[in-house]
Amino acid sequence: MSHLAVLKAAAAAASSTGVSTAQMVLFWIVGIIAVLAALGLIFARRAVYAAGCLIVTMVCLAVLYVSMDAPFLGIAQVVVYTGAIMMLFVFVLMLVGVDVSDSFTELIRGQRAWSIICGLGLVLVLGGVAWRATLPATIGFQKDQDNITTITNALFGDFPFTLEVTGTLLIVAALGAVTITHRQRLTARRGQAELAVSRVAAGTQVSPLPAPGVYAGYNASDVPALDPSGNVIEQSVPEVIRLRGQVRRIEQFEQAQLPSVRPGEAALAGAPARPKPPSGTPPVPGTRQPAPLGDGAAAAEPAGPAAAVPDSTTDSDPAKGAKEQGGEAK
Amino acid sequence: MTPYIVLSAILFAIGATTVLVRRNSIVVFMGIELMLNAANLSFVAFAKLNAAIEGQLAAFFVMVVAAAEVVVGLAIIVSVFRSRRSVSVDDENLMRH
Repeated sequence: MSHLAVLKAAAAAASSTGVSTAQMVLFWIVGIIAVLAALGLIFARRAVYAAGCLIVTMVCLAVLYVSMDAPFLGIAQVVVYTGAIMMLFVFVLMLVGVDVSDSFTELIRGQRAWSIICGLGLVLVLGGVAWRATLPATIGFQKDQDNITTITNALFGDFPFTLEVTGTLLIVAALGAVTITHRQRLTARRGQAELAVSRVAAGTQVSPLPAPGVYAGYNASDVPALDPSGNVIEQSVPEVIRLRGQVRRIEQFEQAQLPSVRPGEAALAGAPARPKPPSGTPPVPGTRQPAPLGDGAAAAEPAGPAAAVPDSTTDSDPAKGAKEQGGEAK
Repeated sequence: MTPYIVLSAILFAIGATTVLVRRNSIVVFMGIELMLNAANLSFVAFAKLNAAIEGQLAAFFVMVVAAAEVVVGLAIIVSVFRSRRSVSVDDENLMRH
């Protein structure tokens, strides 16, 4: 015990405050961010923004933990709080509706003002006590002490029973959550067969709704499909997009969205319409007919598009023309 | 270590004020989480002050208990929302009558 006391005294002498300047700079930066983000919890209108502010505060606290020789807790803070707990919060927010904003009507008169006064009073009392208190000199952990090893020794050596009780608590909590959210079915389950029968009885559309439109340069669920006579089918766009007014109009796609030059279009611009080259079949007769298939060398040579064109006087590709000539020479 | 304790006090007061001011029960719950975090901060600060690992252990257990508490609390909020279509704490007044 005595050498421990000596070590502690030495550490205390080495750093009277125990907090280096860099640590204080970090504290002021991170602490101010944490307080501002925490204030967002009070003032943010929407619950999602409040959740975001709380996440920022928790990450700031994780930074402070790491700076205070508690790297394990800092990582656990990020993983458990911002990773698991806040994810759960955001998930439940999504379940109950993201757009739920607070009602600011007071049922108890003057409650908000009194709450803020009480909060300020709490800051004054707690902060004043902490500020006025004379704390002993910071001892701080030894540099050769591995934080995780120390925590593990304490956790499994000194408090194994607490650890097991905590594990039991987690299991009970998970079971309890499942039990609480379990819903007993009050009405008969409406399966696919019942839904189909009710749909036919109601006389509404029995077949599936049409799929959204697919255009040449664009397809997404916000463009309506067209019926055979070219009219827009409003029902083909999902209802959510329709309600939000995000449906794109057909006029936007007629000229603007199509690619200006498509393959072959440039050749088509100057030349009269050419027939497509046949694939594999004997070429159409013409003035420059390729060699018959019986010739091995000529047959092995792949016939380009120009080879199949009966009238290639307007062919703009000289290389293919030369190639065709070579094929004929063989 | 004094600034850390003061920061912890400020965060705790902000959490308590959130619980008092806000009507959305999920945000109220977040205020409780903020108070737990503030307590954790002073645990860690005092652990460093005394070079005692038990402070960090306490903060660790607080985290675990907070996780369990959040699971059950959010389950309650979800089941209340199912039956009453509201998450406002003003609407949960069945036991008042």
